Amino acid sequence: MKDREPLALRWRRLTGLIVKESRQVLRDPSSVLIAGVMPLLLLFLFGYGVTFDPRQLDVALVVEQQSSETASFQASLENSTLFEVETGPDRRLFERALTLGELDGLIVLQADFAEKAFRAEGAPIQVIVDGGDPNTAYLVSGYVELLWANWLEQEWISRGRPALAPSVQLEPQVWFNPEISSRNYLVPGSIAIILTTIGALLTALVVAREWERGTMEALLATPVGILELLIGKLVPYFLLGLGSMALAVITAVLLFGVPFRGSLAVLILSSSLFMLCSLGQGLLISTLTRNQLVAAQTSVLTAFLPAFYFSNFVFEIDSMPLALRLISYGVPARYYVSTLQTEFLAGDVWSVIVPDLIGLGVFALIIFALTALTTRTRLE
Amino acid sequence: MPGPLIQIDQLSKRFDKGALAALDSVTAHFNAGEVTGLVGPDGAGKTTLLRLIAGLLVPSTGKITVNGLDPVTDSGAVHRIVSYMPQRFGLYEDLSVQENLTLYADLRSVLGSDREEAFERLLGFTGLAPFTNRLAGALSGGMKQKLGLACALIKKPDLLLLDEPSVGVDPISRRELWRMVYELVDQGIGVVWSTAYLDEAEQCARVLLLNEGALLYAGSPQDLTDRVAGRTYQIRHIDTDRREVLSEATKLATVIDGVIQGSRVRLVMAEGADPPNLAPLNAGLAAEISQIQPRFEDAFMDLIGGGFRATSPFANREDSAEHTMNQVVEARALTRRFGDFTAADNISFEVGRGEIFGLIGPNGAGKSTTFKMLCGLLQPSEGSARVVGLDLQNAPSKARGRIGYMAQKFSLYGDLSVQQNLDFFAGVYGLTGKSRKDAISQMIETFGFADRLDVNAMGLPLGYKQRLALACAVMHEPDVLFLDEPTSGVDPRTRREFWTHINAMVANGVTIMVTTHFLDEAEYCDRMALIYRSKMIASGSPDELKDRARASGMMDPTLEDAFIALVEQSDREREAG
Repeated sequence: MKDREPLALRWRRLTGLIVKESRQVLRDPSSVLIAGVMPLLLLFLFGYGVTFDPRQLDVALVVEQQSSETASFQASLENSTLFEVETGPDRRLFERALTLGELDGLIVLQADFAEKAFRAEGAPIQVIVDGGDPNTAYLVSGYVELLWANWLEQEWISRGRPALAPSVQLEPQVWFNPEISSRNYLVPGSIAIILTTIGALLTALVVAREWERGTMEALLATPVGILELLIGKLVPYFLLGLGSMALAVITAVLLFGVPFRGSLAVLILSSSLFMLCSLGQGLLISTLTRNQLVAAQTSVLTAFLPAFYFSNFVFEIDSMPLALRLISYGVPARYYVSTLQTEFLAGDVWSVIVPDLIGLGVFALIIFALTALTTRTRLE
Repeated sequence: MPGPLIQIDQLSKRFDKGALAALDSVTAHFNAGEVTGLVGPDGAGKTTLLRLIAGLLVPSTGKITVNGLDPVTDSGAVHRIVSYMPQRFGLYEDLSVQENLTLYADLRSVLGSDREEAFERLLGFTGLAPFTNRLAGALSGGMKQKLGLACALIKKPDLLLLDEPSVGVDPISRRELWRMVYELVDQGIGVVWSTAYLDEAEQCARVLLLNEGALLYAGSPQDLTDRVAGRTYQIRHIDTDRREVLSEATKLATVIDGVIQGSRVRLVMAEGADPPNLAPLNAGLAAEISQIQPRFEDAFMDLIGGGFRATSPFANREDSAEHTMNQVVEARALTRRFGDFTAADNISFEVGRGEIFGLIGPNGAGKSTTFKMLCGLLQPSEGSARVVGLDLQNAPSKARGRIGYMAQKFSLYGDLSVQQNLDFFAGVYGLTGKSRKDAISQMIETFGFADRLDVNAMGLPLGYKQRLALACAVMHEPDVLFLDEPTSGVDPRTRREFWTHINAMVANGVTIMVTTHFLDEAEYCDRMALIYRSKMIASGSPDELKDRARASGMMDPTLEDAFIALVEQSDREREAG
């Protein structure tokens, strides 16, 4: 623009665009759905539905010959919160249930259990699991082994004999998330997913819609400048994103009892930076495609899926191969989820948060520079 | 006298290297204070030229100046003096009338007392004042167009660019729009009006006639029309089949163009040719021929070297369908409700074999709803629709097997070759085995597709596309062919070719059902029903409808005049209760 216009006029144009966009947001059921309903849906899903904590395992205990030892073992098995136990005298009673998957495992105490239990050569105990579901199979056999070792130790002590057990005692202590509840780290991660959806998907869609309906052409033929056009789109969706984030945080803390140990300022700052990254990506996508279908697919592939995979949200980055770990550094959600999880579970740990914020800031700058460079006030 | 408002020199625009030019070295000018018509069929380059003037595209070569400014380097300044209404009006459908106006007032810096004054003036000017709180998406086509215009006029521009403002707008709203545009012209605004309807050219002070990116003519429409002065004739009182008369007439070397106008045939003679001789045309004893006023379209056809003159391949096609029924299509008290809204209300008519029947009416009047019930795409709420005696509700698939359907603008699978399109549609219509093979090879032979079988439909010239679309719709030898807005936006020559095919099929006993809002096309119909506000307010032949307008005092009404008179009469009757 060679000619300078009074700032007041440009301001008026900008506010006009913001008001128009906000009205559209409020009237568009899809934006209400994405910003209002989706966060709640995700939180409920991760709050109640999805959990990576071990569930209760259904096992059957076969006691071929009752004795005080088998009764004691049975009691310790039943006392464990991990197992739901059924008992019977013959393994054939349960084989069918195991085959059908109704049982997760079969524990057999053989007839000579009492006799052999305390001999050095090992126990007359057998665990049968369904290898078709390896995770559960490992869980059952692992837990039974642990339980067996504990029981044995208790028995040794109660019989007044010196313990055979190792002299080193393992006493695990879990920091930050003492209940090891997966909900507590899934909820912060889902906030990143929500903001990605609002920023990249919703924004790309609404701009593509303007192209499809010919309104963009009408806008570009007015004295509107490129900066006004971009900011006019940004502000309403930025506020929508922060509102949606607030809704998610409040629901998570009040309804699901997820702890929040950090500071509000850091939460808002990091969310703002991440929102800028997502919005920038959405605008960038919409300058490259002017079709709602392509815009939706592009934002799912380039924003949503990376945020899902490379953010520590569900999949642990540390256990990925090197190549994928390197890719994860290029995904803004990685930095944001790291800050969120720190803020929720640990507090303001600056050595984690500062690098994350710098990362987010750099991404926001790069994406915006790209967007401003590629957006043109022409149709070509 | 200052220079012209817009000056264009050797302007070309290519979207891809090596592609055909969308605009090919056009030199022209536009004046302030008059309407310049940018006239041409779809794909002529009208929108490209408007976008170039508005600074939304950059020219490949050549130069534009708007009021001395270059739209590329001075886009800010140009946008302040130029208002542009794109196709579909550029409105936000989820914003109300007032909110749309407010947005454009903000964008064009119309503030303070000017703003209130502008709102009041424009709402009065467009008659939208009672609807300020209505969402733009809930307005009729005509009202949307007026709102689009109001948004473009929020600040009085030096130049107003209107891209096909009359598309999707009924004739009444179209006339109102022209009245509004003339008022603007009186205030000194330069208006550019682009259109594919040649009859609109006559309302412009100057026209630029574009075809395939090239400028064919620039000047007053009258000067162009004058080139065919004394060469236009009409044959009246034809006792025989007027379609055959037309077919015979266009075989004559001296006739460069011919169309059907109701029961009459209009002919344009070559330069220096004698008036047409009735004798070889077999028009019957009562037939008369007389000279009539030339139209812009006659001149256009003369300019591009005449209309489509070959015989349709359909004329040679052997007709193997059995013709037993006389009433081929029957609508009995057809009614369709969507919730509280009655989209079609008690519509009844019968169409005989070999007839062309038109459903005409403004957008949203209910003609598409009626059309869809007749071809079995929509269930009637009440009443019945029968095709060749089969009730579409009881025997839908059997009835549909006797129907051919051609959607708007020759819908084909653009990524499939000619052969693949034919194969696909043969399958769709349930042709199998030998009958499928025969039908396809017959189509290939009839239409001369043999050397283009591997060409993708997208890459076919328009005339071929049209033939292929027709071939796909009729290869199962339907008794009735449904045409949905078959030639809107299509250039006049292609339209004539299309109707040549249709006329030949009618001669073979096929019945044609056509919806159109394009009244020149309705002239080809034997009879038509005028649908307005969900009701059939009139039916009859084009001449009968014209007679009814004549009865209300009009001298030589066109079908459009008749249309408007009938709709206004219906409005008066409704208001009188």
